[in-house]
Amino acid sequence: MEQRAQIESREDLVERLKEEARQLRITDIKMLQKAGSGHPGGTLSAADMVAALYLHKLRLRPEEPDWPDRDRFVLSKGHCIPIVYAALARLRFFPEEQLWTLRKMGSPLQGHPDRMRCPGIEAATGSLGQGLSMAVGMAVAGKIDGASWRTFCMLGDGESQAGQLWEAAMFAGKHGLTNLVGILDQNQVQQSDKVVNILDIDPVTKKWESFGWRVIEIDGHDMAQVLDALDEADDARDRPTMIVSHTVKGKGVSWMELNPDWHGKAPDEKQAALAIEELEGKITAEESRERFEALSKGGK
Amino acid sequence: MAKATRESFGEALVRVGEDPKHVVLDGDLMKSNMTYLFKEQHPERFVEVGIAESNMVGVAAGLALAGKVAWASSFSCFLAGRLETIRMSVGYNEANVRLCGTHAGIGIGDDGASQMALEDVAAMRALPNMDVIQPCDDVETQRAVEYLADHVGPVFLRLTRQKLDDMNPEDYRFEFGKAVTLRDGSDVALIGTGATVQEALKAADELAGESVSARVLNVHTIKPIDAETLVKAARECRAVITVEDHNVLGGLGSAVAEVLAAAGTDGTRLTVLGVRDYGQSGTSEELYEEYGISASHVAKAAREALGG
Repeated sequence: MEQRAQIESREDLVERLKEEARQLRITDIKMLQKAGSGHPGGTLSAADMVAALYLHKLRLRPEEPDWPDRDRFVLSKGHCIPIVYAALARLRFFPEEQLWTLRKMGSPLQGHPDRMRCPGIEAATGSLGQGLSMAVGMAVAGKIDGASWRTFCMLGDGESQAGQLWEAAMFAGKHGLTNLVGILDQNQVQQSDKVVNILDIDPVTKKWESFGWRVIEIDGHDMAQVLDALDEADDARDRPTMIVSHTVKGKGVSWMELNPDWHGKAPDEKQAALAIEELEGKITAEESRERFEALSKGGK
Repeated sequence: MAKATRESFGEALVRVGEDPKHVVLDGDLMKSNMTYLFKEQHPERFVEVGIAESNMVGVAAGLALAGKVAWASSFSCFLAGRLETIRMSVGYNEANVRLCGTHAGIGIGDDGASQMALEDVAAMRALPNMDVIQPCDDVETQRAVEYLADHVGPVFLRLTRQKLDDMNPEDYRFEFGKAVTLRDGSDVALIGTGATVQEALKAADELAGESVSARVLNVHTIKPIDAETLVKAARECRAVITVEDHNVLGGLGSAVAEVLAAAGTDGTRLTVLGVRDYGQSGTSEELYEEYGISASHVAKAAREALGG
């Protein structure tokens, strides 16, 4: 956030962003429940990084979405866009009421990002494996113009099975795109099963290094580590940076965590209320799981 | 002087490339696509992507979203092969990308089927906001590239490997979306695009010797197509023949059929000449004879349609 100029201690910043991430998760669950469909798992795993980027790191002007010197963010795992919508609404790119139109006919908040309909969206994505190529193109344009803005691109681990992504990775490494920062949201689960069981992408750190990237590996749910990694990426030296962010799919809602069933299914009203209670810290994970089991039994 | 439209493209790109908003992308075919000419003059805006066409399409989209006009070229079959990336990254994003597919059709000759783009027009035409342009000679290609320098939106430009005769005057003006009437006539309308315009003209010469009056139309903009000129031709002539170096499904012939059917030009028979196969090695001339898109086939189709 460009306008955030006041002095804020590191501790305060970490605490503020942790709270922002918590609020984004709550908003996300509400949005998906109202929409009746969507992808909770991958939105929740990305929440901490999205909070750190949108509510701290990215240079943006919500009142001027097309500001030429803005940083660009491309969500290559486009199905997880609701968590970004929540951040954009928090920044007033559009009114908060619009969040509740997610996935509805005529809404700017399409099921997958649409740059022509929604302010603050840089690129339409949703066909996995394509976002990094577009982010690379933006970074090349920035290099040609000698611009100071940077491009950030978030990838999924399941998505890392797609060939085009590695074409882009090879290009960015070869051309030393110092104005490009990738984030791998390694949440371990894809639609049908765990990533290791579908098509293991490890050793993914070695892959990125061998493609000419600097890799920073973090616990993606530790806000201090998230911030340190983003700060470290400020000094790109001679190559693009990939932050391998180890995360948990469904993070924050115990009964969604690492469960492929919650890849692409929205919680119903009762489930959403329960998830929000857990996110708000009103109940423990254990209580939440028990009540979820009870709800599931009651439903059958 | 006969010239391949890929050569005219390469030359024109150097000129329009003086404007720093233009960036050219290559997938290791710069000597075939003739974009090496741009690289020599503007190396700082030439992006070598390697043999990775999907990434090339995506990088072109990213450049466009950051304000550039991105010209991505490859053999047309390799571009069309990335249809889904084109649909998502270029089309849906309304990115200012020019997809420049050279080596279109069976006209490439010796290299054979794997290099022959025969479905590319059908694929690109199906994308809602993708315009499709196929020039027929040197001057038309040069003017089309100049026009595209400032055009807004995604465009597919289809170009030939083989040389094509000059058919337009030196002072030719390119009008986007407007078919060119190269010769007027009232018995039959012969409609070509790109490499087959010269076949249509030669067929008209042949028919003239038999006292058949043939109108020849050059449809350089396949999309948006010039419905008005096509319907007028169908109403004023007794038969319409289309000829294209592309599959008969989804290309020029289909586009013309859609227009004529919708306009209700009944009574005028439409014959669609085009390729119905994957092609094979040979010379352009041999292949145009074999696959039924040469001047003699056009003339024969006209005679048959007129009941002669």
